[in-house]
Amino acid sequence: MSIARFWRETPRRYNLGGSKCSTCSTVYFPPRSVCPHCTSHRQSIEKMMPFQLSGEGEVFSYSVVHEAAEGFEMQVPYVVALVKTVEGPMLTGQVVDVAPEEVRIGLRVHATFRKLREEGKAGVIHYGYKFAPVEEPGEAPAARGPSVPVPKAEAAAKDRATA
Amino acid sequence: MREVAVLGVGQTKFGELWDRSFREIGIEAGLEALVDAKLSSSDLNALYLGNMASGTLIDQEHIAPLILDYAGLAGRHLPSVRIEGGGASGSLALHQGYLAVASGLYDYVVVGGAEKLTDVPDATASEITSSAADHEWEVVFGATLPALWALLARRHMHQYGTTREQLAQVPVHAHAMAARNPNAHYRNKLTLEQVLGAGPVAEPLGMLDCAPFSDGAAAVVLGPLETARKHTDTPIRIAASEVACDTMALQHREDITTLASTVEAARRAFGRARRAPPDVRVAEIHDGYSISALVALEDLGFVEKGRAGAEFSSGTFGPGGRTVVNPSGGLKAQGRPFGAVGVAQVVEIVRQLRGEAKDRQVPGAALGLTHDVGGTGATSVVHLLERGN
Amino acid sequence: MQAGIVSYGAYVPRYRITPAEIGRVWGSDGEAMGHNLNVVRKSVPSPDEDTITISTEALRTALLRGAIDPQEIGAIYVGSESHPYAVKPTATVVAQAVGATPNLTAADFEFACKAGTAAIQTCLGLVGSEMIRYGVAIGTDTSQGAPGDALEYSASAGGAAFVIGRDRVICRVHRTLSYTTDTPDFWRREGQKYPSHSGRFTGEPAYFRHESECARRIMEAGGTGPKDYRHVVFHQPNGKFPQRVGKQLGFTDAQMRYGLVTPYIGNTYSGAALIGLANVLDHAGPGERILVVGYGSGAGSDAFDLETTDEIARFDRHHGRPVQWYLDQGVELSYAVYAKFRGKIHMGGE
Repeated sequence: MSIARFWRETPRRYNLGGSKCSTCSTVYFPPRSVCPHCTSHRQSIEKMMPFQLSGEGEVFSYSVVHEAAEGFEMQVPYVVALVKTVEGPMLTGQVVDVAPEEVRIGLRVHATFRKLREEGKAGVIHYGYKFAPVEEPGEAPAARGPSVPVPKAEAAAKDRATA
Repeated sequence: MREVAVLGVGQTKFGELWDRSFREIGIEAGLEALVDAKLSSSDLNALYLGNMASGTLIDQEHIAPLILDYAGLAGRHLPSVRIEGGGASGSLALHQGYLAVASGLYDYVVVGGAEKLTDVPDATASEITSSAADHEWEVVFGATLPALWALLARRHMHQYGTTREQLAQVPVHAHAMAARNPNAHYRNKLTLEQVLGAGPVAEPLGMLDCAPFSDGAAAVVLGPLETARKHTDTPIRIAASEVACDTMALQHREDITTLASTVEAARRAFGRARRAPPDVRVAEIHDGYSISALVALEDLGFVEKGRAGAEFSSGTFGPGGRTVVNPSGGLKAQGRPFGAVGVAQVVEIVRQLRGEAKDRQVPGAALGLTHDVGGTGATSVVHLLERGN
Repeated sequence: MQAGIVSYGAYVPRYRITPAEIGRVWGSDGEAMGHNLNVVRKSVPSPDEDTITISTEALRTALLRGAIDPQEIGAIYVGSESHPYAVKPTATVVAQAVGATPNLTAADFEFACKAGTAAIQTCLGLVGSEMIRYGVAIGTDTSQGAPGDALEYSASAGGAAFVIGRDRVICRVHRTLSYTTDTPDFWRREGQKYPSHSGRFTGEPAYFRHESECARRIMEAGGTGPKDYRHVVFHQPNGKFPQRVGKQLGFTDAQMRYGLVTPYIGNTYSGAALIGLANVLDHAGPGERILVVGYGSGAGSDAFDLETTDEIARFDRHHGRPVQWYLDQGVELSYAVYAKFRGKIHMGGE
């Protein structure tokens, strides 16, 4: 993948920056420039606001991948899941730090920061989000808080939106 | 709007065609269709070519004039256009040809579909074809096309109790049908045990749940129904040609156990043709993965949501069933040359409706359906075809 | 000194390997080796983890615990000898990944195992002089010993991040002092995959001399002695060296209890003393005095005379995982899988 193509998405891939429709409050990831849900679809143009996802969610569906995508060969077998975030959007990502047989629909996960792939031995390294179980078996629930720090300006905006 | 008929069909063998080039298979199918339509090249007005990924698979873009040229038609300077829609490229090309004839702008057009997948290693073919999904937000994170369909399968099993064994019935059926198709990539029979015992690709899908990478081409000639009798005794009318699209990525769908694009394309097609799913005697549907076929049967309206696994296992869609599905062997066994698939589906249905399908003929086939999917359902195309009167 | 630690976080990868398993492959008595080194097991990073990802995880935890707005971070320094790039900073990726860009300065530090403590000193200067509000110092490594080499039994992966600030300080810094000489005990030349070392020379003239001299001098400067400290943390290339230097200086096992983590996770190099300090802070209440003496080959020691404040009683440790969790948990690997994870196998096309 070209460097520029990956680079321009790093705020999203590194830090789960999404968007929110200022009209209907639906949250999107990746960010959208127009709201597909809003009844006033056209009016949402230029009214989509940046929104930071917390990285918290649960497994909606998953697959244990044995025939790897290019660059993922060393991780076989790896788990790819659809993760339903607490803010609403669904994300596609690996679930790591768990034995594949322990993954199940409904497993609580949080975002973690990992290498996605390398452009060969001499090329750039691409980083981004993956997911890991919130607690290990036997660990107290909610041992982990939100996994992505939120800049205060956005936290305030989030509070206003949920009030 | 004019009624449109299929006047001729042609198709290469599907499979690993090591000694044949993209341009060779492309023109073979087209010329066969022209001959079948008893049409002279001077009657042609345009060429539409469905192809997904020639640029990365054979390092060649701009392939529509290339095929026109090697078909000996460059001197006629016909418009020749490539259409791309992932795995649904062939059906989309057919839709464009249909629109051109229906509008009255063109009288006779050739619609081809061709793909050459074996000129790159399997891993590369897998990477390239996975780009029919959202590369930026799915593939980059380790999802392959089979993995995405596996996510759908897992959810279908979770919500509706579909079983691994029910999924495995789909490839068993496909291989049983393809045994009677001389053009098929795989003509060997499969047992349930073989499917269940094959190595995993993306759980719950195994090696034999997934259609192969095949080379192949298919073509049809379209013309106005009103003059079709001049060319053939058995013109096949295109009763509906409908395209519907949805979100690019699976992750943006409310319900991933259904392809809304298929539901919508089918609803429009049956509405336009004023027919209903029980009227369909024979159907070629997307079975790129075992789960694809089960979801398609539900979305097309052949069975109630969630019931496809049980119904399929009970033989409802086998030989002698209510609607015979994929008599060609489908993508799984006839083969999966991505851009050629949708056109090959129509070739099979035309042969069935003409009564020329030999030992795989579905008796009494009068109305047939084709269903083609790009990616994980960002594009679905449904065609209804029936014997012209 | 007005500037101190306002928050911290540690991260250690999930996988472990035992000295016995490593010895099994090389025909050595790995168990005896582990016993001699006082290393029960060492951590191993996943193929998708490196100094950048570990640093990011540790810093995210620190920012959440301290409720720190990433936009108020004025500097991020990452100390490591295993930066994924020889040229291109680790710190910029970390800064972007925690949302701290673009109004900050960032750089990578390298000083064998003490690059992280050097980063803390730099942050103390910037924060203390009020050039910045928060400074971040991270020490992380995913170190490798050459296959079969003695270092392979201990070289591991992990890191810790410390946020230095002036408000809500949970641990104040009475003093910091360094002791630096040119001593070639351990090195890695440009382009070499594995480091080299000078065998027994790494002991007396290198580790022991720098650690003990630095510790003595900082206590002398502050007019303190071993009994004034509740906790002491040394650099810990294995589990034995820090115990020995501690005894030589007059510290007890009880003082070293929380600061010694290498026996359970191996030598995390730039992360070692800092993860030890993180473990101490995990357990500390207000008013506990801590002596930290890091060491980096080449060679130098950085010492810190620290004391927890009343603020630590209000510190929210809920986010992230305590160091103890990493010491207890882990999934053991065979040498074969470890070799695959660490890129020790020649793949096709290389």
